[in-house]
Amino acid sequence: MTLTPVLSAHWDEPDSYTISGYMRHGGYTAFKKALATDPDAIISLVKDSGLRGRGGAGFPTGLKWSFVPQNDGKPHYLVINADESEPGACKDIPLMMANPHSLIEGIIISAFAIRANHAFIYIRGEVPHVFRRVNAAIREAYIAGYLGKNIMGSGFDLDVVLHAGAGAYICGEETALLDSLEGRRGQPRLKPPFPAVAGLYASPSCVNNVETIANIPYIFNNGVDWFKSFGTEKSPGFKLFAVSGHVNRPGIYEAPLGITMRELLEHAGGVRDGRSIKFWLPGGSSVPMLTPEHLDLPLTYEDIAAAGSMLGTGTPMIFDDTTSVVRAVTGWLAFYKHESCGKCTPCREGTYWISDVLHRLEEGQGTEADLDTLVELCAQIAGRSFCALGDAAATPFPAALKYFRDEFVQATITPANESFDPIAATVFAGASK
Amino acid sequence: MSLSELTRSRAREIIARYPHARSALLPMLHLVQAEEGYVSADGIALCAEELALTTAEVSAVATFYTMYHKKPVGEYHIGVCINPGCGILGGDEIWNKLCQRLGIGNDEVTEDGKISLERIECQAACTHAPVMTANWEFLDNMTPETAVDVVEKLRTGQEVLSTRGPKIPTFKENELLLAGFDDGLTNEGVQADELMLAGLKRAKELGQSAPEVKP
Repeated sequence: MTLTPVLSAHWDEPDSYTISGYMRHGGYTAFKKALATDPDAIISLVKDSGLRGRGGAGFPTGLKWSFVPQNDGKPHYLVINADESEPGACKDIPLMMANPHSLIEGIIISAFAIRANHAFIYIRGEVPHVFRRVNAAIREAYIAGYLGKNIMGSGFDLDVVLHAGAGAYICGEETALLDSLEGRRGQPRLKPPFPAVAGLYASPSCVNNVETIANIPYIFNNGVDWFKSFGTEKSPGFKLFAVSGHVNRPGIYEAPLGITMRELLEHAGGVRDGRSIKFWLPGGSSVPMLTPEHLDLPLTYEDIAAAGSMLGTGTPMIFDDTTSVVRAVTGWLAFYKHESCGKCTPCREGTYWISDVLHRLEEGQGTEADLDTLVELCAQIAGRSFCALGDAAATPFPAALKYFRDEFVQATITPANESFDPIAATVFAGASK
Repeated sequence: MSLSELTRSRAREIIARYPHARSALLPMLHLVQAEEGYVSADGIALCAEELALTTAEVSAVATFYTMYHKKPVGEYHIGVCINPGCGILGGDEIWNKLCQRLGIGNDEVTEDGKISLERIECQAACTHAPVMTANWEFLDNMTPETAVDVVEKLRTGQEVLSTRGPKIPTFKENELLLAGFDDGLTNEGVQADELMLAGLKRAKELGQSAPEVKP
C-alpha cells in the first residue's frame, strides 16, 4: 500500500506552520464554505465520512457530535485533547509543531457544527515549542478575522483559548481533562452523564483529538467519497503512523488505514540490521503487544481488535530480540503506577502491587507463583475503575505472558539485565551481532 | 517573599481568558513558578485570593501535577525519559550517566543551583528516542556523551540549542510562556525535522501521494 501524505504533505516547507504556508495549499478555504452551510449538514457529512477518533478509542466523530443536544439554551464547548502522553504516541505533537493551522481550521468548522462559541485546546505542558506554534497560529487566525466576533460576516462568534496542562498522563482521559480544565485535580468522572450532555462547566461539550479535528477541513473540501477512497469500510481515511523503536528509519509515515505493519516497516527501513522483531505494539503501551506473526494484519480498528489487540493511537513501537520483555513490562507498570490518579482503589493499589511484584521478578528474585499473582491482580483492576487507565495498566502483563511465559519463568532465576544486556538494546550500542 | 504586582496583574489577565475564573488555576500556577521558580506558600496564597478559593483547594491542585515544584528547581531543569520506549533505547544509560556525573538524583539540584534532574515519562517524541528535555525543550536522539556535553554547557553558561526549538530558555522564562505570555520565539528551530519528514521524503522518492487533494 502506498504512502499518502495529506496532513503531512507540506511539512517540508520551512514556513509550513505559518498561516501563509497553510494558505498556499488551500488552507482556510474549507471553513468559509462551512460557515455558509447548515451545521447539521456538517455533522451528517462527518458521520457519512466514517471518520473515527484518532486519540485511541476510535469512536465515530460525527456520532459523538450528534449527541450534543441542540436548542437547549446552554453554551456549548469544543475541547481539543492535545495532551498526547500515551507511551509510544507521537503524532499530534509533530502535527501541531509543523502545521497547527489545520487544527485551527478544523476547530472553526467543528465548533460551528456543534454550535460552540468557545473552544479550548488542552495541550500538555511539557512541550513549550509546540505551545508557541499553536499560540501563534491562534493569533494569526484572529488577525485574519477567522476567529473572534462575527467571523467573515457570518454571524458566528468563536474564541479559542490555548491551555497548558502541568504533567499528568491521566488528563488525556476526556473527563479528567475537563476537570483539569476547570482548575481541579485531573481525576476522571463517572459516566454517564457523558460530556456531550454535561461536560465542561456541566454544559454540552465535545472532546476531540488533534489529528481527528485536523482531518475535518480535508474531508469538507474533498468530500466523503474522496475520504472513503482511503482505508476500509469500517476504518476509512488516512493516519499519521509514528513508527518508533528498533527500526532503521523511525519517523512519521502517513498512509491509509489498512496498511500492514510489514509494509510500514519496509518504509521505515526495517528492523536494525542483523536483528529480528521480538514484539510490537500497534498504538501505545495501553494496547496488548503483538508478535512477528501479526505483521501482515491490516492496521485498522477492526483487524487489530480481531487479533486481540487495539489500533489505539496508531503509533507502532517495535522492539527487537535484544529487548527483555520483562524489563519493558516492568517499565510500563512503573509508569501506570506513577500516573494513576488515586481516585479508584483497584487502580491506585493494584498498580502499586503489580509494579512491586514485577520489580522483584525483573531482579531475578521472583517465583513462579508470582506470575499467577500478577494475573489475578490484573484481573482485579480491569473493569473495576472509573476510567481506561486501570484497564490499560492491566494490559501489558497478560499480553506479554501469553507470548513470553518462558522468559518470565527464566526471570525468576536470572535477572532480566543478565539475560539481556541492556547496552545491546540501546541505539548507541551500534546494531547487530 | 510576596509576589510582584506584575504577577498579580498577569494573573488577572489569565482569569479574563475564561468564562469561569477557576479554569485559570493551572496557568496561574505556571505563572507563580515563572516568578519564583517553584510554587511557594505565597504563590498558593496569590492564586487563592484571586480566585476566591481556599489555600487548601489550591494546594490540592498544585500537588497533583508533576510540573509544579514544591521547592526550587535548577535554572535548567533536565528531564530524561525513562519510559521503556526511550529507557530501553538508551534513556536508562543516559540517566545513570548524568546522575553519576552531577552527583545528584531524581528531583535534586546541583549545589550551584544550575541543574536539576527528573526522571520523566513519555514526551510524545518516541520516534526521536532516547529523548531528554531542558526546561521542557526537546533534546532528541541523545547518547550518554551528548547528554553530559549539553548539561556541562548549560551549567557553564554556554548556548545550547534545542533540537526542535530555540536556544534553551531558563525554567522561569518557559513557565511564563506556559502561563500564556508569548516570548517571541515561535520562529526558532525547524518547522519539522528529518524524522518528522521521514514518510514524506520516502513518499516523494517512491513517487507516491494521496489522490488529488483539492484545496
